[in-house]
Amino acid sequence: MPTNPFISLFGRSPIGPMQQHIAKAHECASHLVPLFEAVMAQDWARVEREQQEMVRLEKEADQLKKSVRIHLPKSLFLPVPRSDLLELLSVQDKVANRAKDIAGLMLGRQMVIPATLQPLMLTYVQRCVDASAQALKAMNELDELLEAGFAGREASQVVTMVEELEGIEEDTDRLQIEVRRALFKLESQLPPVDVMFLYTVIEWVGEVADRAERVGGRLEQLLAR
Amino acid sequence: MSLIADYGSVLLILACTFGFFMAWGVGANDVANAMGTSVGSRALTIKQAILIAMVFEFCGAYLAGGEVTETIKNGIVDATIITPDLMVLGMMSALLAAGTWLLIATAKGWPVSTTHSIVGAVIGFAAVGVSMDAVHWSAIGPIVASWVVTPFLSGLVAFGLFMSVQKLIIDTDAPFRNAKRFVPFYMFLTGFMVALMTVTKGLKHVGLHLSGNQGVLLALGIGVLVMLLGMTILSRIQVDAEADKTFHYASVEKVFAVLMVFTACSMAFAHGANDVANAVGPLAAIVGVIESQGAAAVGAKAAVPGWVLLLGAVGIVIGLATYGYKVIATIGKEITELTPSRGFAAELATASTVVGASAIGLPVSTTHTLVGAVLGIGIARGIGALNLGVIGSIFVSWIVTLPAGAILAILFFGILRTVFG
Repeated sequence: MPTNPFISLFGRSPIGPMQQHIAKAHECASHLVPLFEAVMAQDWARVEREQQEMVRLEKEADQLKKSVRIHLPKSLFLPVPRSDLLELLSVQDKVANRAKDIAGLMLGRQMVIPATLQPLMLTYVQRCVDASAQALKAMNELDELLEAGFAGREASQVVTMVEELEGIEEDTDRLQIEVRRALFKLESQLPPVDVMFLYTVIEWVGEVADRAERVGGRLEQLLAR
Repeated sequence: MSLIADYGSVLLILACTFGFFMAWGVGANDVANAMGTSVGSRALTIKQAILIAMVFEFCGAYLAGGEVTETIKNGIVDATIITPDLMVLGMMSALLAAGTWLLIATAKGWPVSTTHSIVGAVIGFAAVGVSMDAVHWSAIGPIVASWVVTPFLSGLVAFGLFMSVQKLIIDTDAPFRNAKRFVPFYMFLTGFMVALMTVTKGLKHVGLHLSGNQGVLLALGIGVLVMLLGMTILSRIQVDAEADKTFHYASVEKVFAVLMVFTACSMAFAHGANDVANAVGPLAAIVGVIESQGAAAVGAKAAVPGWVLLLGAVGIVIGLATYGYKVIATIGKEITELTPSRGFAAELATASTVVGASAIGLPVSTTHTLVGAVLGIGIARGIGALNLGVIGSIFVSWIVTLPAGAILAILFFGILRTVFG
C-alpha cells in the first residue's frame, strides 16, 4: 500500500520511547533495594532471582534504546537537537547498566555485608535509587515540555526537578563518605579481598546516582537553547 | 462553428461527465488530507469528519468557488486566440487529463496536487495544441510563485497561532481556565475570517450583492454567532483529573478538540472554495461557449452558472463518500503526532491562506499549504518529529505533475480532435 506523503511527513516522535526507556532503566535500578536486602539476609536464591530480573530489565532497556536510535534518522526534524537526545539516551542506559553490574558482582562473589554496616548501606542504596526515581520523574515531563514548546513555565519546572535531583545526588555523596568511613573502621577484621570488592560496590552504587544526575543534566541541556 | 452546432449537446454531456470525473478525483484525494489532521488528533471521528467535509466542502464550493473558477477559465489561456471549437475540445481534454492523472497518482500513492494537474493540463493543450501565444505566460508566474508563497505564508500564520497559544494558554498558571477563556476568540477568528472572504468575494452568483461595510458587518455577526455556539459547547467541558495525572495538558487539549471541530469546518470550506474550480473552471468555459453557440466572445467574463458549481460540489461529495473516506481513515490513524492544540493551528492557518487565495482567484494546493503550516508548527518546536526527507518527494511531485498533466492533455486533445474533427 503506497503511503500518503502527508502521513510520512510526520516522523515517529522519540519522546514516548525515551520515557519508556528511562522507566525501564529506573525499574532495573529500583531492584537494588530488594537485592541488598536479600544479600544482607544471605538468601542467595532470592539474590539470584533479583539479579535475573535486573538482567532482564536491562536487556529490555537496551532494546528500547536501539529502537529509538533506529527511528531517529538524520532527515528527522526534531524540536531538540538530535545529538543531545541521543546522548541523553545513552546516559539513561548507563543507569541500568551499572545497577546490573552491581547485582552481578554481588551474586558472583556471594558478598557479605558486615552487620554493623547494613543499616547505613541500605539508606545509601535507597537514596541512590531515589536519584534514579527523580530522574524518571523529570523525564516524565518530556511530553509536557513538547506541549509547551520546550520553554516557559514547564521548562523552569523541569529545571527545579533537576535541581532536586542534584540535591539527592549530593546526599548520596555524603552517605558514600559515611559508608566508606564505617567500612574503613571494620577493614582490619575482614578478608582483604572482600573489603576491596565492598569498596567497588560502594563506588558503583554511587555511580547509579551519579548517572541519574547526569540524565538531569542532559535534560537541562535540551532546554538550554 | 459547425462543430458546436452539430455536436453541441453531445459535447455538453461529455464535458459534464469529464468535469464530474475530475471533481470526483478531487473529493477522493485532496479532501482526505484536509480532514485527516482532525481525525489524527482525535478531535473528530471518521464519520464526523466525513459529515463535516460533505456539508462544508459543498458550501465552500457553491458559495465561494467562483473566483478561482474564473482564473482557470480565463486567466491561464488567452481565449481571444483560441477558436471556440478548440476551446471546447481543449478544456475537455484538460479535464480528462487531470482526472486521469489523479486516478493514476491515487493508485500509485503519489503526492500530486489536483490544482497542479489541471493547471498543467490547461497550459499543455493551449501551448502545444493551439499556439505558444495562447497561454498567458504572465499569469503563470503568480500561480507558480504561489506554490512557494502559500506554504510559506501558512507556515508563518501557523507559527504565530502556535506561539499565541503558548503565550496565552499553555505557559500560564491555569492553562485550563485560560483555554476556556481564549479558545472562543480563536473560534470567532475562524468564523469571521471564512465569512469575510465568502461574503465579500463569493456570493455574487447566488444573487447577493453586499457593500464592503455590509460584508464586514455580516462577517462580524457570523463570527460572534460561531463564538457563542463554541462557548455553549465549551461550558460542558470539565477538567479530567485522572487524565491530567499522566499528561498535565489533557484537559486543555479537550478544549482545543472542540476548537478543532470549527477549524475542520473552515478547512473543508476553504478546500471546497479553492479546489472545486479545478473541475468547474474548464467546464464553465465549455458551457459558456456552447450556450452562446460559439458566437459570444470566448473570453467574456460571464458569471459561472450556478448549476455548474453545483455539479462540481456534488462531484466532490460523491468522491469523498465513495473513496475519500478510506484515505481519511488511513491518514487519521497514522497522524498521531498532532495534538488538537497544534492541529487547530495548522488547520486555521491553512484555511485562512487558502480562503484568502480563493478570494483573489489564485488556485493553490491545499495539501501543500497544509504541509507548510505543519512545518511552521514544527519550527516552533511544537511537533515531536518531522520527516524532512518527505519534503523532497513533495517537491518532485510539484515538478512532475505540471508536465504530466500537460502531456496527457495534449494526448487527449489529439484524440478528441480526430474524433470530432
